Amino acid sequence: MASPASQPQRLVGLNLMVTIESKPPTARSGEAVYFLIATVALALVAAAATAASKDPLFQFQGWIFTIAFTLGSFALAAGISSGSFNSPQDRYSDGVIKAGVIATMFWGAAGMLVGCIIAAQLSWPRIFYFPDFGFLNFGRLRPLHTSAVIFAFGGNALIATSFWVVQRTCRARLFGGIAPWFVFWGYQLFIVLAGLGYLVGITQGQEYAEPEWATDLWLAIVWVAYLLVFLGTIWKRKEPHIYVANWFYLAFIVTIAILHIVNNLALPVSFLNHRSYEVWAGVQSALVQWWYGHNAVGFFLTAGFLGMMYYFIPKRAERPIYSYRLSIVHFWALIFIYIWAGPHHLHYTALPQWAQTLGMTFSIMLWMPSWGGMINGLMTLSGAWDKLRTDPVIRMLVVSLAFYGMSTFEGPVMSIRAVNALSHYTDWTIGHVHSGALGWVGFVTFGSVYCMVPWLWKKDRLYSNTLVEWHFWIATTGILLYISAMWVSGIMEGLMWREYTPQGFLAYSFVEVVAARHVEFVIRLGGGLMYLAGALIMIYNLWRTVQLPSSESAAHPANATPAPLALAAE
Amino acid sequence: MSHEKETDAHSGMETTGHEWDGIKELDTPLPRWWLWIFYGCIAFAAVYWILMPSWPGITGYSHGLLHDSARANVVKDLAGLQAQRATEANRLSTASLETIEKDPQLQAYALAVGQSIFGDNCATCHGSGGTGGKGYPNLRDDVWLWGGSLEDIQRTITYGVRADDPNTRFSQMPSFGRDKILQPDQVSDLTEYVVALSHRKADAAAVARAAPVFQANCAVCHGPQGLGNQAMGAPNLTDSDWLYGADRASIHDQIWNGHGGVMPAWGHRFDANTIKALTVYIHANAGGK
Repeated sequence: MASPASQPQRLVGLNLMVTIESKPPTARSGEAVYFLIATVALALVAAAATAASKDPLFQFQGWIFTIAFTLGSFALAAGISSGSFNSPQDRYSDGVIKAGVIATMFWGAAGMLVGCIIAAQLSWPRIFYFPDFGFLNFGRLRPLHTSAVIFAFGGNALIATSFWVVQRTCRARLFGGIAPWFVFWGYQLFIVLAGLGYLVGITQGQEYAEPEWATDLWLAIVWVAYLLVFLGTIWKRKEPHIYVANWFYLAFIVTIAILHIVNNLALPVSFLNHRSYEVWAGVQSALVQWWYGHNAVGFFLTAGFLGMMYYFIPKRAERPIYSYRLSIVHFWALIFIYIWAGPHHLHYTALPQWAQTLGMTFSIMLWMPSWGGMINGLMTLSGAWDKLRTDPVIRMLVVSLAFYGMSTFEGPVMSIRAVNALSHYTDWTIGHVHSGALGWVGFVTFGSVYCMVPWLWKKDRLYSNTLVEWHFWIATTGILLYISAMWVSGIMEGLMWREYTPQGFLAYSFVEVVAARHVEFVIRLGGGLMYLAGALIMIYNLWRTVQLPSSESAAHPANATPAPLALAAE
Repeated sequence: MSHEKETDAHSGMETTGHEWDGIKELDTPLPRWWLWIFYGCIAFAAVYWILMPSWPGITGYSHGLLHDSARANVVKDLAGLQAQRATEANRLSTASLETIEKDPQLQAYALAVGQSIFGDNCATCHGSGGTGGKGYPNLRDDVWLWGGSLEDIQRTITYGVRADDPNTRFSQMPSFGRDKILQPDQVSDLTEYVVALSHRKADAAAVARAAPVFQANCAVCHGPQGLGNQAMGAPNLTDSDWLYGADRASIHDQIWNGHGGVMPAWGHRFDANTIKALTVYIHANAGGK
């Protein structure tokens, strides 16, 4: 139990939440009423702004906002009047996690499908060109793919698993009443706004930060709510210490909030126009953009998913974490060093060389701090290696660490200026990103979701381990095809670009280099289709798992209670 | 909740005594190899900072012992390339287009420049092989809209076609149908007439009806026999080369809408030497006049 002596260790700045938490129990239903009032007000504001604006793209966004807030108002009103928000407080909130798992798999399949479509467009630009449907052009679909897989698939996976992990490792129900549901639905609204926005042409043209100001503002609100839910849950924990997974999740949530806000500081053309101009300009804009972009990789795709790894691998392997000290040292080293590495995206540009030097050297120093997570994960299996043969879920988690280790070695290598001179702007970068995204982020998510679904829906097992085996092998082969094709294509591309004729002229034109990569493009599409096929097998398997008869065993994680005595005392 | 430290049976390592949802932690020390490689990377970074431009200060930055400068390196590389090309470049700038073509060594140089420039600038429209496409002239045959002599080609490249330049080559075929200059049935008759001009089977009655219309509206540019006029960029209608398509629908569309493509004035982007080389390259690869 949290002893009074542990109180002074807590952050002083969190007093506000203590106040909220110590309100009488009746405040919980009142909270939903506040949400209802705010949502109705937002619906009215959105409708009024839509009506007043003369900008069709702003109106498009306005309609999405209006419809979403109206639906939200009805849902809140129905929930309040039926009393369904008065769920038992001595249980973990798992409903929002179930929704998050479903959203993860839905957006994952959708994002991967769009990836396959744009891979086909690159392979056969004449066949997959739709002049009558401009919104299906590569330029519109590419950000849809990246945002769908990173923010929709990855983001939902992070939110869902963080809600599971923080409750279990703090032995406390999620903080904030229905706020976690606001985080979930608010985040889905962000995804729809961003994705449909790209298709109709709303973009600020910054990679991984394409959404315009209205969508950015909305995400900032949702993200701060997420931070408060997470911090509040940690605040009321019944464990004396904060588990390492929660350090990583918290670092991810806090840093993404800062990155998102700073990189999107902008002045709207008008408050009834979708377009805005950012406050940064020129090389400063580029530096802020890649400070953001690289740390989106570092804190979203690395730190967040390490949080996932630190819970699900020891849990599934039933082994203790290999080294507490390593987790502390590599956590702080990772957090401190990652934030400096962004300038390696701007080698040989207008960015001053000294900044490029710092970006490169910090990237090299980042190698071992990144590997600390891999070592801690892999060595946790020591004493349970036999499970690799019998449990395909464990195998998926372990292979995710192998890809993590490979891409976090490849990254520092590519950050070296001389290597970057060859690799930059080529398919090598695409291959590098996908070994991290498909191998690490995708597989650690799949492994964690395979763990969580039987727990959440109170099943004793997955529907079929054989289907997990098929998923594992098809997807692994797909990744290898994808990244090998991109290595070959990227290095060939880089070498052709820098080839000079004896008279001192470039030997190949750009389009000749594009044409030379056709075979690799087709292989890449094949790898992508295999990865998508694996995800579809997984969805089928999870669907059948949910239909299995439920287990009512009290030992089941979903039936566990978060320290009911302590809650009653609050 | 307080937990007891215990010894893990498999590794013989003690746990930290913490436990969360059944997860414990071993108190294993940092792996030595990990720590030493980490130190090694930090040492590498420190040495790199001493040698290369690195940490910023208030008024400037540390230039490093090697005084390396990416900008100076680029300037040096470019100067090296210019020195490598200097002899030929100087001769190219003084020689006339005809002289360049007659001097095998100079021509080889001009072709190398031309090929390099063509691939990244002209191929976008005219195709990698220069064979063009619908609306984009083929540069590999002996049919020329604005003339195929060295001087003609040089002028077209320098000032462009319908481009933003006072000396650009300019002509505009009227949109006979769209602007209601001719009746729809007249446009259909003219289509038959143009088909007949290029020695193909056509509706004789329509051709007869269209003959005076052609003389009144088309002959001023395309000539009474439809042989075209390079001074106005008016194509020859009697050959088998068609910029906007040979079939009846394409010809009808062209008479109706009067398409006219734009080629940029490359003199705004390339120096005179580059345009000379490009001219020789295009002339050599086509049935130049």
